[in-house]
Amino acid sequence: MSVLVNKDSKIIVQGFTGTEGTFHASQMIEYGSNVVGGVTPGKGGQTHLDRPVFNTVKDAVDQAGANVSIIFVPPAFAADAIMEAADAGIKVIITITEGIPVKDMITAKEYISGKDLTLIGPNCPGVITPGEAKVGIMPGFVFKTGRIGIVSKSGTLTYEAADQVVKAGLGISTAIGIGGDPIIGTSTKQAVEMLMNDPETDGIVMIGEIGGNYEAEAAQWIKAQGNPKPVVGFIAGQTAPKGKRMGHAGAIIGGADDTAEAKMKIMAECGLHVVNSPADIGETMAKAIG
Amino acid sequence: MNIHEYQSKEILKGYGVTIQEGIVADTPEAAAAAAKELNAKTGTEWYVVKAQIHAGGRGKGTVNETGSHGVVLAKSLDEVPAKAKDILNGTLVTHQTGPEGKTVNKVLIAQDVYYPGESDPKEFYLSILLDRAKGCNVIMASTEGGMDIETVAENTPEKIIKEWIDPAVGLQGFQARKVAFALGLEGEAFKGMVKFIFSLYKAYLGTDSSMFEINPVLKTSDNKILAVDAKVDLDDNALFRHKDLAELRDLSEEDPAEVEAAQSGLNYVKLDGNVGCMVNGAGLAMATMDIIKLSGGEPANFLDVGGSANAQTVEAGFRIIMKDPNVKAILINIFGGIVRCDRVANGVVEAYKNIGEINIPIIVRLQGTNAEEGAKIIEESGLKVYSAIVLKDAAAKVKELI
Repeated sequence: MSVLVNKDSKIIVQGFTGTEGTFHASQMIEYGSNVVGGVTPGKGGQTHLDRPVFNTVKDAVDQAGANVSIIFVPPAFAADAIMEAADAGIKVIITITEGIPVKDMITAKEYISGKDLTLIGPNCPGVITPGEAKVGIMPGFVFKTGRIGIVSKSGTLTYEAADQVVKAGLGISTAIGIGGDPIIGTSTKQAVEMLMNDPETDGIVMIGEIGGNYEAEAAQWIKAQGNPKPVVGFIAGQTAPKGKRMGHAGAIIGGADDTAEAKMKIMAECGLHVVNSPADIGETMAKAIG
Repeated sequence: MNIHEYQSKEILKGYGVTIQEGIVADTPEAAAAAAKELNAKTGTEWYVVKAQIHAGGRGKGTVNETGSHGVVLAKSLDEVPAKAKDILNGTLVTHQTGPEGKTVNKVLIAQDVYYPGESDPKEFYLSILLDRAKGCNVIMASTEGGMDIETVAENTPEKIIKEWIDPAVGLQGFQARKVAFALGLEGEAFKGMVKFIFSLYKAYLGTDSSMFEINPVLKTSDNKILAVDAKVDLDDNALFRHKDLAELRDLSEEDPAEVEAAQSGLNYVKLDGNVGCMVNGAGLAMATMDIIKLSGGEPANFLDVGGSANAQTVEAGFRIIMKDPNVKAILINIFGGIVRCDRVANGVVEAYKNIGEINIPIIVRLQGTNAEEGAKIIEESGLKVYSAIVLKDAAAKVKELI
């Protein structure tokens, strides 16, 4: 099982021949991900990294059977790339691009609503099912195979959590980087739900940050389900000042409800194992899983 | 990106939003000339002198040097230069600036719009912003104009009207009417408000903004609707397609260290603590700040070096952090994925040697690809640098050093 991506995923790379696309596509191929080709408008018919280049996502779906896409195209064109993938029938669209204008994302999100697909990101490290498929920019070796799922808004903090989980003697089923932008395709709650429903996942690490209400929503949903699997939660930004943007466009404290403190309180009330220190994620999960 | 009131109003006017007219000035003489011009243009005989800084609460705020408030009324042309002089180049402290306040470089000389007439003037609150949870924009309005919307939301949430805008069809007429009726308007004022909301929404879309806050919107005694103040927050990510708006950036409103960091490709936010930090990735950077606090220190900054933690970026980071005299120790926390720890370690050693005098302890925590090799390079460098691999050890080291 696992969620979103596995060894059978037929992956294409949008923005395949650009610097970022080329670098990360070759890393993914090296990891063993089933990359069936890529899309760069105007370069259709060429071969890149020993794989075919297509002009359109539709061509990639028709000719290579693509069902997962990872997007590296620059911010100005990224929302268009998401909509093209959705139109072509791609089922899982993972958008790495950072810096997409909010207005563009509102349009893209509206366009994909009601369609049978999952958008992950933008501004995220991607998704990895260790040993099967890495569809992202994370260092694959950190993620050893196992039964703990990870949902996170942040890149390097996801690697940190995975590393701790592995060092605690556990491993990762699927790690989902949902992204740090104000508008993202998959919410914390939706990602947690996927992992709750995955028979190969026994516990979940949920990493959030200041801004928005996604973590509170996820925590309340987990409680409503009767806490079927242990969830370890951490919120980055306990020391962040109000009103200042902390790197991620979404990481800004607005009202009282989106502070780290408020989120952690709700998470604890909903029965999650909340850690104050990011250094305690792995050990806490090992204890919770028993 | 934030811009000044006078810039915001100029933009809104371009989209047909009715505003309180004004002319910006940077000397008392220019203020006098501006008032004269404004008198000729609008007929106003009273003038509002408004400090232009990127912070709210100006009216209640005080200029340190003169005791003047940040927004004052001049009841004749003659009063204008003196009133402007009391504000210009002063340090204005408001509840949003912090105790250090902000230097006022410009004042806006604005027409008086609270003149008496057939009905009483009435202030409202109106904003357009992104509703993250719903993934669309929302118009918020309230009869409680001139007040902090946070206070209204806390004490009288029923007084806040919200209209969500469907991205597929945009703002509809019935929505603007709903807002205007809910504000209790009728006749000319009602029509004016509907038009005002539509123009404002057009401006919001046209400028790729992430927030517009018009507080107050005024219904004048002769039933006109005007933006008396305007706060515009532009989406940084969309500035590439608005070169003209990007030029409105006022670097003097920003922390010089933050500006310098941005030029080196670093994302830096200055804080008040005693332990500096340098981290790759925004989430891990915030988590590192939290670790510093839990270890008994206070974070002196947020600093994300991004994907490329090499000798140049590390050196630039060091220099920026060390400008802050409060910093007693620096924690470098790099999770090497694509970037290898041994290369980061070499970068740290090289940057350290380039700077020469570093008199505060530095803890370097490198984890990920080639972490062991990285730690070895740090330990064998002979510098006053402590190395750690596990996050817990780094935290313990911070505690020990403070």
